[in-house]
Amino acid sequence: MINFGSGNTVIKSKLISRRMFVLTAAKTIVFCGIFGRLVSLQINEATKYKTLSDKNRFREWKLAPQRGIIRDYFGKEIAANEKVYQLHITPENSPNLETLFFRLKTMLNLSDKRIFYLKRKIAKQKPWEPIIVSDNLTWSEFSRINLFLHELPGVEPIVSVARQYPDQSTAHLVGYVSQVSQKDLQKKEYLKDMSVGIAVGKTGLENKLDKDIIGKVGFQRYEVNAFGKRIKQIQIDPGESGKNYRTTLDLEVQKYTSEVLEDKAASVCVMDIYNGDIITMASSPSYDPNSFVHGIDKKYWNQLISNEKKPLNNKAIAGLYPPGSTIKIIVALSALENGIWNPKKYLNCSGVTELYGEKFHCWKKKGHGPMNMRSAIQRSCDVYFYEVARLLGVDRLSETAKKFGLGKKVLDGFIEERTGVVPSTAWKRKFIGKNWYLGETLHSGIGQGYFQSTPLQLCLMTAQIANGGFEIKPRVLTSEKKNNLREYIKYKNENPNEPLPIDMLVSNFDLKPLFRNQENINFVKDAMFAATNEAGGTSFRSRYNDQKFMFAGKTGSSQIKRFTELQRELEIKQKDIDYKDRDHALFVAFAPYSDPKYAISVVVEHGGTGSGSAAPIAKKVIKKVLERDQLRENVKNLSGEEI
Amino acid sequence: MFQPRSIQSSMTLRDKIMSMDYVLVLSILLLGIISMFAMYSTDGGKFDYHTKSHILRFGVFFLMFLVISLFQIRLWYQTSTLLYLSFFILLLGVKYFGLTSSGSQRWLNFYFMNLQPSELMKIGLILFLAKYYHRISTQDVNRIKFLFLPVVALVAPVLLVVAQPDLGTSILIALGGITVSWLAGVRVKFFAYASILFISLTPIAIAFLKPYQKARILTFLNPDRDPLGAGYQIIQSKIAIGSGGIFGKGFLNGSQSYLDYLPEKHTDFIFTLFSEEFGFVGSLFILVLYSIIIFRLINIGDVTRSSFGKLYCYSFATAFFIYVAVNMGMVLGLLPIVGAPLPIMSYGGSSMLAIMLGLGIAMSCKIYKDTPVN
Repeated sequence: MINFGSGNTVIKSKLISRRMFVLTAAKTIVFCGIFGRLVSLQINEATKYKTLSDKNRFREWKLAPQRGIIRDYFGKEIAANEKVYQLHITPENSPNLETLFFRLKTMLNLSDKRIFYLKRKIAKQKPWEPIIVSDNLTWSEFSRINLFLHELPGVEPIVSVARQYPDQSTAHLVGYVSQVSQKDLQKKEYLKDMSVGIAVGKTGLENKLDKDIIGKVGFQRYEVNAFGKRIKQIQIDPGESGKNYRTTLDLEVQKYTSEVLEDKAASVCVMDIYNGDIITMASSPSYDPNSFVHGIDKKYWNQLISNEKKPLNNKAIAGLYPPGSTIKIIVALSALENGIWNPKKYLNCSGVTELYGEKFHCWKKKGHGPMNMRSAIQRSCDVYFYEVARLLGVDRLSETAKKFGLGKKVLDGFIEERTGVVPSTAWKRKFIGKNWYLGETLHSGIGQGYFQSTPLQLCLMTAQIANGGFEIKPRVLTSEKKNNLREYIKYKNENPNEPLPIDMLVSNFDLKPLFRNQENINFVKDAMFAATNEAGGTSFRSRYNDQKFMFAGKTGSSQIKRFTELQRELEIKQKDIDYKDRDHALFVAFAPYSDPKYAISVVVEHGGTGSGSAAPIAKKVIKKVLERDQLRENVKNLSGEEI
Repeated sequence: MFQPRSIQSSMTLRDKIMSMDYVLVLSILLLGIISMFAMYSTDGGKFDYHTKSHILRFGVFFLMFLVISLFQIRLWYQTSTLLYLSFFILLLGVKYFGLTSSGSQRWLNFYFMNLQPSELMKIGLILFLAKYYHRISTQDVNRIKFLFLPVVALVAPVLLVVAQPDLGTSILIALGGITVSWLAGVRVKFFAYASILFISLTPIAIAFLKPYQKARILTFLNPDRDPLGAGYQIIQSKIAIGSGGIFGKGFLNGSQSYLDYLPEKHTDFIFTLFSEEFGFVGSLFILVLYSIIIFRLINIGDVTRSSFGKLYCYSFATAFFIYVAVNMGMVLGLLPIVGAPLPIMSYGGSSMLAIMLGLGIAMSCKIYKDTPVN
């Protein structure tokens, strides 16, 4: 045993102290290391970690904005919002997604494909972001979910709003909304920060106005704990509902037009000839745009796309038809404007003319006899216009036709609108790569051959003739802009002895005249009057005797298939041949004749003749429009907000 | 050089109290008070279970520390072997009667508390080895036959604790034992041999590691390996400390802990919580307090005459330092998460008991610095 106080203890103490010194040095170094680490974390990298801490702390939930409402001229809703019942799942609140889906599958009749899709979507997004299992539950499904809610953790029944279209007649113009697709995300920048499940405009106005009508997405910012539970609300931005729009449409007329068209494959456009307001733009048959909002039923979709009358197609702007005899008003105008034809010149129509070794037939086999330009328009004599067209040449015709609105898009921002074709020698070389044949000029002179136009283009053409030959810009949305054309006409009526020449006068009103001599326009208008209101006119049977409704129009029919010599011999009637082979029936008009206000175009696919099927429709619609003219005048100055 | 024994034994209570190290006492008290506020914050700013329980424990064990200080150092010298053996028996008891919680069996259920004998063993081993090396001569220290007992005394409890499994505590126990041996003068070459042996056995040991322990080591090497799993704790702890900045987010405003992003916030990660709320300044203050405590413990070792006292105080100071360094290194992302509480501040009765026992014995060395132990 070692005794206390022996020398050994001293040696031992020294040894211990020596070794302790080493340890103390080591301790100092380690504490310096810890100090250094604290400096690095809390001073040098503090900003980085503060950001990370906030990322932990805050979570954002997006709030889908309400889509703006689209109304007609009188303030009636044509695209509204309605309450819908939805089912959302927040994945992180559900302890077992498998069993949850199993239960929902039986409760809501979900397909395996849908469940697979939902699961894949859950895997892609953050666990606290809700996914929409069903965006339109029936009341009975909704109440069943609510009944079993306590057994379905993670499920949230939600009352939301969705697009609702009260009337099918506006389906084509207004278009529809549907789920966002990959393509939408690529094309539409503003969808990037939108929440999932928002509906996006696919066609028509819904697509054109999408950016502003969709609204501004809001968000709620919450402080959450590590388990995702919301602790407190930090910030809320309710977002903004989309802009509301007032259109120029008259829903009453639109509905009425739809009824008149029944289930014919047809379209009707009515336009205010002074300001370009589109009163009606109907396409028939229609479809139910509501069926797209929550994902279209496959059966209904197949039914729509297999229908030979093409219900999804907006025929007013996307349907292309040869203008047929309706082009004659442009041919006549062009000939007069270019001074190559005396309107009083008589030609004899024998029913057929032979040029360049080819026979060109008039629609009337027996011929019209002696015709001047007015009667040729009145009775739609083809032979007369073959000769006019021959002398005019296709290029001058094309220039006038383009000036009056054919061959270019009429509206802005409608993806479905088509351009049509106004043929010319240059056009044929460019697009067909061949030289122009003179015989083709003759076909063009009666609106056949390469000519292709939309019903809206024909309506615009008629409107610009009816208003005295001034350019107007057709529009679907109301605008606060001053109507110069009306003011000009008012001024001219009040100052009949105005000494200023007409071209200086119109430039004072910021108008663009489309004529060289307004007398030529008036001549054409008069000829159109004759066609409807004088015996022998092509649309004489559809006339009104009442001054108030009296209109002036031009019929047309465009051939689908050339008549064979045999059919011509047998005098086969249109109604006796196959539907698919029948001519398209066209009619353009303006009304009332004494003080023109509106232009109309009617196209009935495979309708046979313009006088037989298109003009009677126009007659009915014109009456309806004129009856409502005063009402329209009364609400003219209301802005969208007041309605 | 030596004072007569009679003076020492005739010390009055007043003398004893007067000769305490007040810097040490005050530092401990201050740290204890800070820990109460930290605990209050972990309870979400409410005077709740953890806060109450922590205050009670600190109060009781702090009194115990003062009482223990007054006991003769000779008493601790004489009973050290007994203490070691009884702690060892308790460890054995854990193996057969222990409570299991989150996959490891560490606790014995006593009526008033759940005792974790492995914490006590940290002190027990130091006491035992200090006495052992006090008794043998400097020459004998490096003789193989005298190395045998310390190795057994060290390895046996460490193996028991590893088997619980509790890697963190077993490492801390071993480091305490190694420190005593180092101070007693065991040659560097023996430590070298032991290290080589240890390293060569490591691959075999790894095969016996629980999967979560393997994951912890891998995670330490690369915390982003599994950010939502094992790396979560390190990442969230670093975020909490870093986001505290220079002055911290303010008392009760530590969003990381308040919103439960911090795991084990009242035990192993109490420093993280404090650091988030009081920033660099607060962290530094804690670091300084611990440095003072360690410095004062070393100082007691310096003034104590007996080899037992010196060995014990130095070793305990070093062990105390290691506990602090391992815990801070862990929460700062410098060491793997091994499960080591921060002395005094962390919630946990056994740890508090062991630390206060250790501090009490050190204080007893101070009061009886001139008294021989045998």
